[in-house]
Amino acid sequence: MRRGMFGRRILYWFSVAVGLALAIVPLPGWLDAMRPDFALLAVIYWILTSPRVAGLWYAWLAGLFLDVLRGMVLGQYALGFLVIAFLTHRLQLRMRMFPIPHQAAAVLLLLVLYHFIVFWTDGLTGHGYTGWNRWLPVLSGALLWPLIVAAGDTLVRRSR
Amino acid sequence: MVELSHDSRPIIGRGPPLGATFVALATASIALMVADVRYGQLEQIRGWLNSAAYPLQLAIDLPFRAWDWLTGSFADRDRLQQENLALTARLRLADLQLQRFAALEQENRRLRAMRASSAGVAKRAIVASILNVDLDPFRHRVLLDRGSADGVFKGQAVLDAQGIFGQVWRVNARTCEVILISDAEHAIPVQSNRSGVRTIAVGTGDPNRLSLPFVTGESDIRKDDLLISTGMGGVFPPGYPVARITKVERTAQATFAIVEARPTAALDRDREVLLVWFDAPAPMTGPAAAGPQPANPQPVPAGTTPAPGPSASAPAPTTTEAAGTTPAHGPATSTPAPSAPAPSQATPPGGEVAPAPEQSTPAPTTSAPEATTEPGAGG
Repeated sequence: MRRGMFGRRILYWFSVAVGLALAIVPLPGWLDAMRPDFALLAVIYWILTSPRVAGLWYAWLAGLFLDVLRGMVLGQYALGFLVIAFLTHRLQLRMRMFPIPHQAAAVLLLLVLYHFIVFWTDGLTGHGYTGWNRWLPVLSGALLWPLIVAAGDTLVRRSR
Repeated sequence: MVELSHDSRPIIGRGPPLGATFVALATASIALMVADVRYGQLEQIRGWLNSAAYPLQLAIDLPFRAWDWLTGSFADRDRLQQENLALTARLRLADLQLQRFAALEQENRRLRAMRASSAGVAKRAIVASILNVDLDPFRHRVLLDRGSADGVFKGQAVLDAQGIFGQVWRVNARTCEVILISDAEHAIPVQSNRSGVRTIAVGTGDPNRLSLPFVTGESDIRKDDLLISTGMGGVFPPGYPVARITKVERTAQATFAIVEARPTAALDRDREVLLVWFDAPAPMTGPAAAGPQPANPQPVPAGTTPAPGPSASAPAPTTTEAAGTTPAHGPATSTPAPSAPAPSQATPPGGEVAPAPEQSTPAPTTSAPEATTEPGAGG
């Protein structure tokens, strides 16, 4: 049990690290704009799967690290991650009973909120970009959700 | 998905109460943002965090670099030979030109000495390569593999072989972040090489387009004019090519013409760029007075010594010292517009009218080196 928990923790951090790496891997321009927020999706997944281990600190630190990687205002993504993690925790009992498409819709709403927070802080700090394509990751993230679930479930089963 | 993990056995009921943690962490993030944006207090902390991020950035950059290396080392003979031939030909041409420019440079130096001024000529440059890392799709920033360990400082000018590339925006221990001249938050003071008209070129968020919003209908700017840097504000060395005018639209009603230009630097294709150190132009020099008559003395940037400080003591061990050779490409760099009769456009119009993001008035009343970029959120 104890060792299992430890393995889990490593798994959480490793998957978020992969998500963060995917956040800055160079992509061609059109793909770059619709790059899904892999790290956030990983955080949501782990919160749904094991809320006792993946807590708010986990989400906040992941967001802070994304801030550093992207060179943005420190705390911006951290706040976004935190709010989403909190809501996911609150909705967790309901969300994990949803069928996958339903769940993807819930994730879509979470992503909209997340991008709104980022957009808002962007505007407050004077970096506002108002093009429509900054909302593309919402869509791509929700479409990616079933894949994230499949990959995560496989990982969990393996690590048992 | 509906697997209940072992660690969340009480299925009914919530986990540990999260309200307090949430409030604390939310406050922390807001405090971080305020401290970062308003007071710029977090350089130290950001430095530490960046050191943690550096391995990840390197790990991402590595495969791309390895691929380049592989394709480079297995390039076929024919291609190499052709490349070699082409390069030799170009080198010969360049040598020829260099011969001419050597004389011109001598003359230039003598003339400048007569006027007792040392205009900004790049003293030293180091080559930096751009890390293969995407920072933000909507901002034009890149990460270079040189940092404060190499003596890089904030506000340093970054050039490539064809022109001005950007300026250093943030310095970490081993890397630095550069804001390109095409970023929508960047503005650079420029001057037409042909007519000497001075204005400001603002980034648009498109790597192939700069916009010149403060050109009046009457000012002498034409299509295909080369824009060079003026050196005002002390960030960029004067006399380097910045962009070429692609579009001028004048209407009778509008005060300002619609002018667009295309950066000469290969902003979206470069792999390697130059970080330069140069002597800040002394008062009364540079293109400000590079017109034919320095007759009407213009107000001079008050404190334009950006920061050659760190550069003077810079260790820069592995640098390819290109002492003064970097501007070799520039016939345009020497004396702009010897034939221009009109030095009258002392200040580009519109400095006071400046709308949204650039309050950096084109008039040289600004003193800080950051004056050319992002006055809104930078400080």
